[in-house]
Amino acid sequence: MKNFSGNVLFLDRSDINTDEIIPAKYLTEISKQALKPYLLEDIKLEGFNSQLDVKGKHVIITRVNFGCGSSREHAPWALEANNIHLVIAENFARIFRQNMFNCGMMAVELPDQTIDGIFKEFAGKETHLETDFENNAFIITADGHQQEISFSISDFDRALVMTGGWVDYADEKY
Amino acid sequence: MGKTIAEKIFDAHRVDHPEKDIHVIRLDAVFCHEITTPIAVNDLVSRGKDRVFDSDKIKVVIDHVSPAKDSKTAMQGKILREWAKRHKIRDFFDIGRNGVCHALFPEKGFVRPGYTVIMGDSHTCTHGAFGAFAAGVGTTDLEVGILKGVCAFRSPSTIKIDIIGRLPDGVFSKDVILFIIHRLGVNGATNKILEFTGPVVDAMSMESRMTLCNMAVEAGATSGICNPDMTTVEYLWEFIQNDHADKESALATFKSFHSDSDAQYDQVIEHDVSRREPMVTFGYKPDQVKPVKEMASTKVDQVYIGSCTNGRIEDLRVAAQVLKGKKISDSVRGIVSPATPKAFRQAMEEGILKTFMDSGFCVTNPTCGACLGMSNGVLAEGEVCASTTNRNFNGRMGRGGMVHLVSPATAAATAIAGFISNSGLYKGSP
Ligand code: SF4
Repeated sequence: MKNFSGNVLFLDRSDINTDEIIPAKYLTEISKQALKPYLLEDIKLEGFNSQLDVKGKHVIITRVNFGCGSSREHAPWALEANNIHLVIAENFARIFRQNMFNCGMMAVELPDQTIDGIFKEFAGKETHLETDFENNAFIITADGHQQEISFSISDFDRALVMTGGWVDYADEKY
Repeated sequence: MGKTIAEKIFDAHRVDHPEKDIHVIRLDAVFCHEITTPIAVNDLVSRGKDRVFDSDKIKVVIDHVSPAKDSKTAMQGKILREWAKRHKIRDFFDIGRNGVCHALFPEKGFVRPGYTVIMGDSHTCTHGAFGAFAAGVGTTDLEVGILKGVCAFRSPSTIKIDIIGRLPDGVFSKDVILFIIHRLGVNGATNKILEFTGPVVDAMSMESRMTLCNMAVEAGATSGICNPDMTTVEYLWEFIQNDHADKESALATFKSFHSDSDAQYDQVIEHDVSRREPMVTFGYKPDQVKPVKEMASTKVDQVYIGSCTNGRIEDLRVAAQVLKGKKISDSVRGIVSPATPKAFRQAMEEGILKTFMDSGFCVTNPTCGACLGMSNGVLAEGEVCASTTNRNFNGRMGRGGMVHLVSPATAAATAIAGFISNSGLYKGSP
């Protein structure tokens, strides 16, 4: 199972599309690691610098409809190449969400008030998130302040995370 | 309780139901192209699972960057070519016989009513025009599709879009779908299927229905779908004639998939097109849509006619009708890419390519190319393009470029004017 804990990258915008996560011109790469330097290169977000701001972050927290646009799995791979295995948002585009779990990663939805609360309390601060997968909880910490938030994922998604993804799951089962 | 067409297709294909909202369905076809498939192939090889579930049900094309533009795209083509050969995949379309996947595969008769289809491409929803469940998936889903012939989906909850009224002259299915996306928003249909019904859809050609379904994903939908009718049967007849006594009996078979009158929908939206006018996008999201006349002074540097949205023969005919006897503006680069060899040949035989060339357009071979900013018409920083494609995302056709999505008629009129403009085919206020 992958690691789902680490420092948090806050992306305070909705509708961040897959072209912003990884621009189409890098789709000619045939290895996942090659995508590493280009994550979020073209994102439209005030004050954001993909060269500086991604480093050392292993969890993304964002708003609505993250990962909309093209079906490219290069988007989760670009995250994976940067050791970001968990994205938390109000909701996701369908294909992106499925791609995350298919790769044994997590795309977790939280209610809008919860996301809003997290942004108010933690955005702009050096924030750490610890995932307690067994107990369906995130523990978020910054400046000595700590908050526990419970989440839910379906049994099917849980099984994918535990087997490491859909290829092994399906090949075994069907 | 009645069922929708998508529910009936799921029922006929379900192989597992691992939890309430997840259905694993059997696939009738898996489509592949050179951008998303090589990585899937490499991954399968590295897992020691270099197998295919059924080489006859896998259809492969090199279309996104064709001819290859550099060593990397050449390598993508090479991996795909060798894989197809290794697994004896007969339906493999390389340069000279290739075209944009979602235009080419329907032309070959690879999509039938009631089918289930996946591809590692978000515009796979196009094929729903034939009454199939067709969805874009990521590479891992594609891998499993190739390996096992199955895919997992959530329950097919459907939004019915009932299109009524009479489409005014000069207003096309592209304008209708742009307006519908505007109304739904870019995630208004996430995890839903858009079922297009009503007299306007019934009167549409298969090409126009494909344009409707093609852009369903721009509202977040899993797929678009139309109920198959005689237009569907006529389009497919050359491929299905041995399976059915006559067209009527083919239609009767396909009708078994039709949505029941008491089917349950997530939402039903009635959309009267009688007052619709030509539409254009203005921002970086496909739901940012305005009437063309409100954008009429916007200068453009390039006009692109092509893609899986509007590169079919019907689209080329309309554009040529607008261009006939006219020259495009000196300040505009016009590029047309017929979506398939068949469309190219037809356009040649009908004199359409000549009309394009006489007007000052460059005619390119069938490929995705400029649509995703990879070749054949990439924009420079600060440039503006009116395009018949389906995505106006930031950087889509080249970093720092702006894309305005339009119908082929509006694209042609814009090329002539040098700024966004309504075509003479539209008789409403200019
Ligand atoms: S024409 Fe454009 S949208 Fe269609 S398949 Fe090709 S790249 Fe995708």
